[in-house]
Amino acid sequence: MNSTRTAPERPRGLTVKNGAAGDKVFSGLTLAAGVTILVVLAFVAIFLTIESLPALSPSLFSDQDSIDSADSFWDYVWPLMAGTVMASAIAILLATPVAIGIGLYISHYAPRRIATPVGYVIDLLAAIPSVVYGAWGMTFLAPLLVPIYQWLNTYLGWIPLFAEAEGASVTSTGRTLLTASIVLAVMVLPIATSLCREIFLQTPKLHQEAAQALGATRWEMIKMTVFPFARAGIVSAVMLALGRALGETMAVTMVLSPGVFSLSLITSGRNGTIPAEIALNFPEAFGMRQAELIAAGLMLFIITLLVNMTARWIVSRHKEFSGAN
Amino acid sequence: MSQSTTNLTAGPPAQKTGSNSLTAGLMPGWTWIVVAGAALVLGAAITVVLSDQFAVVGWVVLSGLLYIVGMYLITLVLETRRRATDMLWKNLVWTAFFIALVPLISVIWTVVANGLPTLISNPGILTDDMSNVVGADDQATAAGEAPLMGGILHGLIGTLTITLMAMVFSVPVGLLASIYLVEYGTDNWFSKAIRFFVDVMTGIPSIVAGLFAFSGMTLFVSTFISDSPAALQSVKMGLTASIALSVLMIPVVVRSTEEMLRVVPNELREASYALGVRKWRTITKVVLPTAMSGIASGVTLAIARVAGETAPILVTAGYAVSVNWNVFSGWVTALPVYIYRQLINPTAPAAPDPAAARAWAAALILILIVMGLNLLARVIAHYFAPQKSGR
Amino acid sequence: MSKSITAEDLNVYYGDFRAVADVNIEIAPRSVTAFIGPSGCGKTTFLRSLNRMHEEVPGARVKGDLYLDDDNIYAPGVDPVTVRSMVGMVFQRPNPFPTMSVRENVLAGHKLNGTRMSKSEADDIVEKALRGANLFNEVKDRMDRPGSGLSGGQQQRLCIARTVAVEPDVILMDEPCSALDPISTLAIEDLIADLKEDYTVVIVTHNMQQAARVSEKTAFFNIAGVGEPGKMVEYDQTSVIFNNPSNEQTERYVAGKFG
Repeated sequence: MNSTRTAPERPRGLTVKNGAAGDKVFSGLTLAAGVTILVVLAFVAIFLTIESLPALSPSLFSDQDSIDSADSFWDYVWPLMAGTVMASAIAILLATPVAIGIGLYISHYAPRRIATPVGYVIDLLAAIPSVVYGAWGMTFLAPLLVPIYQWLNTYLGWIPLFAEAEGASVTSTGRTLLTASIVLAVMVLPIATSLCREIFLQTPKLHQEAAQALGATRWEMIKMTVFPFARAGIVSAVMLALGRALGETMAVTMVLSPGVFSLSLITSGRNGTIPAEIALNFPEAFGMRQAELIAAGLMLFIITLLVNMTARWIVSRHKEFSGAN
Repeated sequence: MSQSTTNLTAGPPAQKTGSNSLTAGLMPGWTWIVVAGAALVLGAAITVVLSDQFAVVGWVVLSGLLYIVGMYLITLVLETRRRATDMLWKNLVWTAFFIALVPLISVIWTVVANGLPTLISNPGILTDDMSNVVGADDQATAAGEAPLMGGILHGLIGTLTITLMAMVFSVPVGLLASIYLVEYGTDNWFSKAIRFFVDVMTGIPSIVAGLFAFSGMTLFVSTFISDSPAALQSVKMGLTASIALSVLMIPVVVRSTEEMLRVVPNELREASYALGVRKWRTITKVVLPTAMSGIASGVTLAIARVAGETAPILVTAGYAVSVNWNVFSGWVTALPVYIYRQLINPTAPAAPDPAAARAWAAALILILIVMGLNLLARVIAHYFAPQKSGR
Repeated sequence: MSKSITAEDLNVYYGDFRAVADVNIEIAPRSVTAFIGPSGCGKTTFLRSLNRMHEEVPGARVKGDLYLDDDNIYAPGVDPVTVRSMVGMVFQRPNPFPTMSVRENVLAGHKLNGTRMSKSEADDIVEKALRGANLFNEVKDRMDRPGSGLSGGQQQRLCIARTVAVEPDVILMDEPCSALDPISTLAIEDLIADLKEDYTVVIVTHNMQQAARVSEKTAFFNIAGVGEPGKMVEYDQTSVIFNNPSNEQTERYVAGKFG
């Protein structure tokens, strides 16, 4: 303001900006990196859409009247979507109780010198590559399950899930949707467990001690304090694990012997999932077939996006009530 | 002081078994051993009766069930319903733990048991690729007439180059973006948008990332180079796979780096500003070095995650049988893809055993690499953290 | 070296909230001035506005003029980074850089700015700054050990040495002894007495005895109530503030009746 007071002969002027350009360049770089992320994500959506247009609307975007594999894209993709959702849902049904159990085991039951290494091992198991789980499911687990499937069919065959699919008999290789679901359950177990464990450990100590001071048994304490606190967290952990299971490719690709959609979980050559369909066929596909597979991938992207956003939404909606932070 | 004074109690009145009134109504400490023994015997009997033969799996499962039910009933009779419920859930939680252990141990055991013998008897598998192996070789091996041929070197090199290239893309972007989030865009709408979309990116299925890289590269090649079949064929290369892996890696790097930058105390930034140091120098010379061990550990974990990915590489890099160091041209095989291909499409379809042996050896190596990276991440986080003593 | 500070109608805002109102003060070069007052009265905020550190809080801004000798540090086009290289600051809690050794901490102001210097030049700066902070003899054998390995009092003197090493004109201290034990506090107070030979020192303190011991002039800040801005109530020779204040609030505060 009062610049007349500024002595012009000062050697170190206040307005001298030594190296201020560095600030501009660096903050510009970080901003560019942020923009890059948004652009990449936009490209994911745009590229997938462009490349799947021929399959989504053959008459407009290709020289064919219909897609290769079916009359319309939806006829082609709905059994795969149903298979994907079914496999993942069964996996989550199997994994959730166990994940909550181990989460509780680590947070409230195990002695401390066991709990820490167990938590550590669970984290390491989350790092085992999916192709290894797939190899295990295909060579070790599938044959092991054959007698169990036959038993299920004999005694529980009146349930459609355990009945034989039309025109086929109960699996002799074990490579069925149920086996794939079991492998998926094993695979999402570590991530679901560590999410649950973290939530259980965040339960306010004061609430728990208050419950115990009232003479509650350990289970009553968990029921009174831990579960109400963790409910939203468990739901979102399950949703995130579901997102993982939906997109998991290799385990299903290697374990399942695919085919048309069927409610029977224990027949080989039935059902399929989107990721497995892509992995099995994409390397040899070209033209319209490639567009079909990319379009199927787009559907998978949308499903997982919805599941994940629901999970985040649940978390954010319950954050203010949970008493954390 | 008996449990029956509480209104929750519905069990029988406590029995005085000892002189101490506080232990009245409790089962003796050895009850569970008796129940466990009875459950094991009964389980064995039922198994034999039901299936006419003794089966270990059925025996263990049945005995476990019998033990849980038995403990519940005995506690219900001897103590109270509340304690019985507590006992039931305690046993169920322990069961969950054992149920989880079984498949996880089984996975590790399967890989080691199948992979280790091959690795020990054929150490050359690490230094050889598949360029000279044809179906006849594997048939000879299966017939016992020739040693195991081929190896996984090209897979190791492929994983190395593709992962390194993915690192080159995602580490700078992830690092700079998280610096933006923490140091510059404090809660403005743009940083909120980035944070939201990073969350979205975390959930992208890996195969979709592969499809994205493939379709993006296809569009690029057909628009700017040529849409001849040969040009479109060249889309499948290491670079495309690296782009796919970057899509998976960037959100992991952003998340972990952001967390690490946030825990750098603000006091250090202020100390630096008060010395007349510019913001970008403060960030690069004070904030980043302070958070470096955490960042490096997060990046290592991200590398471990993408190094084990199969699906995105399967659809983007093609399949090669020999070493290809060039990520910008030609098909590449990564280790996970190698495992998958050897198991699903054995070199000799009539004699799949040698291919399976190579696959298991490769699986063991892959697990060792991934676990090694995980351990490395822990070591970095633990031993290279700046001292926090004082104060 | 050593400049006077003149505030003219200085107001500090956090967003819409006025934290400090209408401060007019003249601080002479080569002197120690203490700011005292109850918690939340704006003395720290005002101190941080003297080298524009308040700008690190999002939404913080200043209205009014502040002159360093004859230069208005809030004139348009003034770079806060340049201001801060002239007006150094020592913080409440010792905050040596954990990734740097004792020696590197002292040189931080130069090294972080990328200044190149020979080893002997650097050695001279380190020794001079550490001697200036009364720390040289204690750390001369562990120059290459981490700065965070020193005791709390030594760390704080290391931070002062770090500030001295960039040869500022003014040193601001924000409750520099509040995290220290009495012995370390004494060492810092002795150091402040030495520092005023070369620098203008401004210190915020909650400890009235400390203000009385180290400062020549004292400014008393107060707030009328919650949500009201902090104001400078009285500014005078330290002996006058503590023995014969002209304002009733000051009298009550230094007598320990509130705050």
